[in-house]
Amino acid sequence: MSKYVIVGGSAGGIGAVEAIREVDPVGTITVISEETFPQYSRPMIADYLSGEAALERMKYRDDHFWEKNRVQTLTGRRAVSLDLDERCVELDGGDKISFEKLLIATGGKPIIPKIEGGDKDGVFTFTDLSNAEGLAAELEKGKRAVVIGGGLIGVSVAEALVKREMKVTIVELKDRILNLILDAATSDIVEKVIREAGVSIVTGRTVQRVLGRRDDDNAVGGVVLANDEEIPCDLVVIAIGVVPRTELIVGTEVKVKRGIIVDRFMRTNVPDVYACGDVAEAYDFVLDGNRLLPLWPVAHLGGRVAGYNMVGKKTEYQGGTVMSALKYFDIPIISAGITTSESDSYEVLIDHRPERKLYKKIVLKNNVIVGMTFVGDIEKAGIIFHFMKNRVNVREFKQGLISENFGLVTLPASLRKKLFMVGN
Amino acid sequence: MKRIIAKEEACIGCRLCEVYCLVQHSKSKDIIKAYKRENPRPLSRVRVEENRPFSFGVQRRHCEDPPCVIACLSGAMQIDEENGLVMHDAEKCMGCWTCIMVCPYGAIRMDISGKVVAKCDLCPGLDVPACVANCPNEALMYQEVTP
Repeated sequence: MSKYVIVGGSAGGIGAVEAIREVDPVGTITVISEETFPQYSRPMIADYLSGEAALERMKYRDDHFWEKNRVQTLTGRRAVSLDLDERCVELDGGDKISFEKLLIATGGKPIIPKIEGGDKDGVFTFTDLSNAEGLAAELEKGKRAVVIGGGLIGVSVAEALVKREMKVTIVELKDRILNLILDAATSDIVEKVIREAGVSIVTGRTVQRVLGRRDDDNAVGGVVLANDEEIPCDLVVIAIGVVPRTELIVGTEVKVKRGIIVDRFMRTNVPDVYACGDVAEAYDFVLDGNRLLPLWPVAHLGGRVAGYNMVGKKTEYQGGTVMSALKYFDIPIISAGITTSESDSYEVLIDHRPERKLYKKIVLKNNVIVGMTFVGDIEKAGIIFHFMKNRVNVREFKQGLISENFGLVTLPASLRKKLFMVGN
Repeated sequence: MKRIIAKEEACIGCRLCEVYCLVQHSKSKDIIKAYKRENPRPLSRVRVEENRPFSFGVQRRHCEDPPCVIACLSGAMQIDEENGLVMHDAEKCMGCWTCIMVCPYGAIRMDISGKVVAKCDLCPGLDVPACVANCPNEALMYQEVTP
């Protein structure tokens, strides 16, 4: 019997442990985690692959994190089923762990499309450290890789591989890379630097088949695209996104759409059962509704809020939104909320200076910021993000938001004092 | 807990706070060497914002429930267990800029290297942070604030 049981030891699970221990120093905590690595930062696996970050630098918390927080860890173990009547989690091997409060923070798993030959040696996914280690063992200067998917993960892995002097081709289904998180002007900027770095980009295409090597059909030798074009390669990385890992709640009454539905307190529909992170559909403050947001900071925040509520400190989740801070080839980009706006109901402010690789865009609806993109000069983007999150009406000063000297000082003094308490 | 408070009505926009911050965070701690010889040149963690006739210095607020710590992808941004300050470990920073995205004050800066962030550390080892000690018009004050 453990007072608090947490399934998943990554961003969300760690956030929950920290929050629980802030309030309850003695209640027993058990964390079940499939991974045996020390708690590391998943967003850093591309830096690990590129050689820029060693394992030591990737540690998200120090080596004694679990002991210091008096957490019983079951690492290398998998939770296979949930019994809500008995209030226990069953592990592989048959052990049962009973709980008073349960947090499901099982994360996501990579989407693997059915591709003929997709089971050959040399086909990888790229979401955790074991994937990065597997891929790292295959690196060799001049080898050729095809990355399927030009989203966040695909571009990250492509950058890492090209830094290791591989020849990389990204195959993207849509007409441009990073189409879910960036507007066209910004993805053009990224596409340009990626191409300059030597990466080939093929858009509007899917991979139909993975070919074997002439001397070894079990090893990757190339791919065939939907238009029958053939790209010879030695490695394939599948990076088309993640889906929630909801296996644990299959057959239970826990409500799930694509992810587990949680309220503003990270509670599922079943009392004492909470969820957060990539597995959950939680509140989005731009959308004003629930959605999947498989992002590290969102998972960590959700875990913290779940932890506080599990321990009885009622805490409302302020929500997350689509938010990306990017550093591809050293071009800083911050993008959040609604970035592409076809509808007339949005007002758009833009300042684009291509020669300096500077771009600012703010999307408004009824004078409230609902989206933002900053490229190059990003240091004050957080002020805009703060307005967006707090739905501040910016009608009086909106033109100044994209000006070069924008800052706290250009805001109306009353707002500055109210929001930021500067100068009191 | 002590914090730096900016008084915009007293700030004359001289930017001496930036100069002294840069020197304090340089290797040589010498104003000429810091500006002329050190490579990479150190960065001031305080930034004076100006919109005549108003100006004031912006530096890390060391918030109570800091969004930058919660959002940090690598674990580089942490609350110091001893003094409650938000501290940043440049060795662990991956330069992803997520903290910059969520800082409501725009108070976190990109280091000149472009690889990590730089932030106010309230000058460990000094009784009064360098920017406050060298402000000629007491527009920056170091005082107890109640959260």
